[in-house]
Amino acid sequence: MADVTAMVQAGARAGAGEGWRAALARKSEAVVLPVGALLAGLAIFGFFLMTQGKSPAEFYGLVYKAGFGSWFSWQNTLSRAAPLLFAALCVALPARLGLVVIGGEGAIVLGGVAAGALGVVLSGASSWVGLPLMALAAALVGGLWIGTVGALRHYRGVNETIASLLMSYIAIALMNHIVEGPLRDPASLNKPSTAPLPDALRVGNIPGAELHWGLPVGILCCILSWALIDRTTWGFAARIAGGNVRAAQVQGLPVGRLILGFTALGGAFAGLAGFFETSAVLGSANASLAAGYGFTGILIAFLARHNPLAIIPVACLLAGFEASSGLIQRRMDLPDATVLVLQGFVFVAILLSDALYGRFKIFTPERWRT
Amino acid sequence: MDNDIGLWAIPIAILGGAIRVSTPFLFVSLGEVLTERSGRINLGLEGTLVFGAMSGYAVACLTGSAWAGVAVAALAGAVFGLVHGLICSLPKVNDIAIGIAMMLLGMGLAFYFGKPFIQPVAPDLPSIPFGGWSGLPQLEAALNVNVLFLIGAALSVFFWWMLRSTRIGLILRVVGDSTDAARAMGLRPAIIRTLATGAGGAMAGVGGAYLSLYYPGSWNEGISSGQGLMAVALVIFARWNPIACFFAALLFGGAGALGPALQSVGVSSGYYLFYAAPYVLTLGVMIAISSPSRAMTGAPGELSLTK
Repeated sequence: MADVTAMVQAGARAGAGEGWRAALARKSEAVVLPVGALLAGLAIFGFFLMTQGKSPAEFYGLVYKAGFGSWFSWQNTLSRAAPLLFAALCVALPARLGLVVIGGEGAIVLGGVAAGALGVVLSGASSWVGLPLMALAAALVGGLWIGTVGALRHYRGVNETIASLLMSYIAIALMNHIVEGPLRDPASLNKPSTAPLPDALRVGNIPGAELHWGLPVGILCCILSWALIDRTTWGFAARIAGGNVRAAQVQGLPVGRLILGFTALGGAFAGLAGFFETSAVLGSANASLAAGYGFTGILIAFLARHNPLAIIPVACLLAGFEASSGLIQRRMDLPDATVLVLQGFVFVAILLSDALYGRFKIFTPERWRT
Repeated sequence: MDNDIGLWAIPIAILGGAIRVSTPFLFVSLGEVLTERSGRINLGLEGTLVFGAMSGYAVACLTGSAWAGVAVAALAGAVFGLVHGLICSLPKVNDIAIGIAMMLLGMGLAFYFGKPFIQPVAPDLPSIPFGGWSGLPQLEAALNVNVLFLIGAALSVFFWWMLRSTRIGLILRVVGDSTDAARAMGLRPAIIRTLATGAGGAMAGVGGAYLSLYYPGSWNEGISSGQGLMAVALVIFARWNPIACFFAALLFGGAGALGPALQSVGVSSGYYLFYAAPYVLTLGVMIAISSPSRAMTGAPGELSLTK
C-alpha cells in the first residue's frame, strides 16, 4: 500500500506545483543512496583485502586498468556486459511486480541450446532468415521457462524465488543431457557441444570494434523496458500491482496477465542472452553457457533498483570487475573467487541501504519545515 | 557367497544413498525449521552450507580432527546466521533478497579461502556398520551409517519435543506467529529471531561439514548444488514439523541417490536427467502443497515466504 499511497501523493504534489528543489531532493535520494551503498561495499571489500595483506589501491587500480583504462579494455568490458544486461532485465521486470526471480541462468542456458539446436537444422539458411529465427526460438524458450515460474506463482501460489532457482538447476541438467546426448556433435571430444554453427549463422561484430551485436541489442532492450514500465499504462498497472496486489485486484487490474507477461518478457530477454552467447561467442551450444551471468544479473538488477535504464551503467561496472579478474589473479596472486567476494559485499551493502530511505532530512521535503 | 543380487542392487543402493545423501538436507532443514518458526526465512543457507563445507574441511586438514572441523563449521554457520538475522532486524530490509546476497557472499568467501584445500586430504567422520549380519557387501555398504545422521535423527525428535513442550519452543512459536502478541508478552522479537537464525546457520554449517568430511568427502567448488536451497523447500513440505523433516530428508536423499544408483548398475543414458530428479521432486512437491488462496496449515504467521 505504501507505494500506491506514495504515487498518489506524488501526483497530488505535482498538481500542487511542488518546487523544483523538492523534486530534485526526491530524485537525488534514488541516486545518492545506491551510489553510496556501492562505495560502502567497495570500501568493506577494501578492508577485506587489507586483512589478506593485499593493497586495495592496487586492486582498484588494476580494475581500472583492465576494465576501463583503454579502448581495448573497454571492448573487453562491454562484450562481457552484453549478457549481463539481459540477465538483469530478467530480474528487474518481475521485480517491478514484487516478484524475486533469481533463475535467469536457466533461461539463458536453454535459450542458448534452442539457438544452437535450431542452427543445426537451419545450417543452409542465410543470415537474414536464420538469425532472427534462432533469436526468436531462444526468446520463446526463455520466455516459456520464466513465464512458467510466473504461472506457478499466480495460479498455484508457489514461491517464485525457490521455484526459479530449482528450475535453473533443471535447465542446466537438460542442457547437459542435450549436448551430451541427442544433439552431441561426435567431433566435440573434450567439450561435448552441438554441431558448430556455419558462418552465416554467427552473429558478427559491430564494424570497427571487437564487440558483438549483443551489446546494442541489450541496450535497446533496456530502453524499451524502461519505456514499458515508465511510459505505458501496462507499466503503470504493474507498478501498482507491485506496490499492493490486493489494491490492484480491487481496481480491476489484470494482475494474472501482468505477472505472466512480465515474467515471460524477462525470460525472453534472458533467452536472448543465450542466443548471443551461442551464436556470437561460443559458436555452438555447450556447458560454457552456464557461466553465472544469471547470478551476476541478480546483483545488477538490485543495484539498479530494478530501473532498466540504470541497469546499463551498473552492468558495465560489474562487467569491468569481471574483465579485470584475470589480471588481478596474475598480478596480485588472488584466487578467481575474489570478484565473487566483492560482489557479495556490494550486494549486502546495497540491501542494507534499503533501511536508509526516508531517513535523511535533505531528501525528504515533508520534513523541511519542521 | 553368491553376490549377484541383480536388480535388487538398485533399491539397496537407493536406500544406502538416501541415508548418505539425506544428512545435509536433514541438518539444513532442522536449522531452517527453528529460523522459520521464529518468523524469518534464511535463503542464504546454500552459502552457509558451502562455507561450512570449506571451513570444516580446512580445519579437519589442519588439526587432523574431523570433529574439530564440524565444530568450526557450526561456529562459522552461526556467524553467517547471526549476520543475516541482524541485517534483517533493520526496518524495510527484504529478508529474501538478503538471503540471496548472503548466499553469494558465503559461496564467494568459501571459494576464496578454500583454494589451498582442494588438494589435501582431511580425516573422515566416523560411521557405524549396521549391516554386518546380512553378509551382503551391497547391504553392508548401504547400512554403514554416519554418526552425524544418527545425531540428526535424534535432534529431529528433540526439536519436535522442544517446540511442543518447552518454554523456548513456546517463545519461538509466539514470535513466529505474531510479532504483536510477542511484544505484548514482553518478548523482543528481533533478538529472538536473530538467535533462531544463528542457530539455523550453525545447523547448516554442520550439514556442510558432512558434505566435505563424509559424503562425497572432499572439498571442491561444486560440492553443493542447491541442497541448501532444496532444504528450505523441504521445510515447507514438512509443514515446519521437525519429525516430518526427517522423513522428507530421507525422501529427498533417495531422489538424490537415484542417479548414482542407476549408474552403478550400468545405466548410462539419460544420466543427467536422473541427476535432476531431486530438483524435479522439490518443484513437484512445492506445486502440490502450495495454494494461491489459503495460507498453508502449520505456517508461522509472520513468515514472509507464505504471505
